[in-house]
Amino acid sequence: MTMKTNVRQVNGVTILDCSGRITLGEGSVILRDAVRDLLAKGNKKILLNLADVTYIDSSGIGEMVSAYTTVRNQGGELKLLNLTKKVHDLLQITKLYTVFDVKDDEAAAVKAFN
Amino acid sequence: MTEQRVSYTMDSTLETVDSAEQAASRIAAENGFDEEETMRIAMAVREAAVNAVLHGNAYDPGKKVKLEFERTAQDLVITICDQGKGLDPAAIPDPLAPENLMKTSGRGIFLIRSFMDEVDIQPSPTGTQIKLVKHVHGPTAGT
Repeated sequence: MTMKTNVRQVNGVTILDCSGRITLGEGSVILRDAVRDLLAKGNKKILLNLADVTYIDSSGIGEMVSAYTTVRNQGGELKLLNLTKKVHDLLQITKLYTVFDVKDDEAAAVKAFN
Repeated sequence: MTEQRVSYTMDSTLETVDSAEQAASRIAAENGFDEEETMRIAMAVREAAVNAVLHGNAYDPGKKVKLEFERTAQDLVITICDQGKGLDPAAIPDPLAPENLMKTSGRGIFLIRSFMDEVDIQPSPTGTQIKLVKHVHGPTAGT
């Protein structure tokens, strides 16, 4: 399944709903472009909703790290929302779970930005 | 299940990475691995295929990736070979080290080792062979 994104605005926070696979090639590129596009438009509070992400590989993990670093370097903040068990386990194994600010409730996540 | 072997010779493309993952997923499931173990095996094969296509063969259309699955009495053995310059596993930085944690690459071999029971990397000047072993614990083991 191809990676797809959808952008929503909730109380000043940009929610990027992601679905499909974030893998080497198209999936990683779509995520990279989406985050860059949001930053270019001045959106610096970004909540990455991964509820419908079915699969992520090492390239996808790298892309998430890149997104996190890019947003922070521009004075913004990126949080993760609704990890599936697969993605949760991958972030645990790679010790990134504690690096990312991970939320499981959208309203609470939005409040955490403000 | 009787012992059996199947092998594929594939181009150095992104499609090969997806195909290798799909073949691993299908064969792991056929050999009685549960959904989680199947996902882990498929991801390990995907990462090994990524290494072969990108870092080994560097997308060279003249170079091939060989993928082989072998079911022995106790194990599922998967071998991925490329025709690159040879991967030195000792040269890969530890992705869990604090200084490497935020790097955007370098986690593939780590994930392979995390998901498989045994991993053997044999580099040579004419290519790298990565052998992945998963012990079969399910009801079909040894049959």
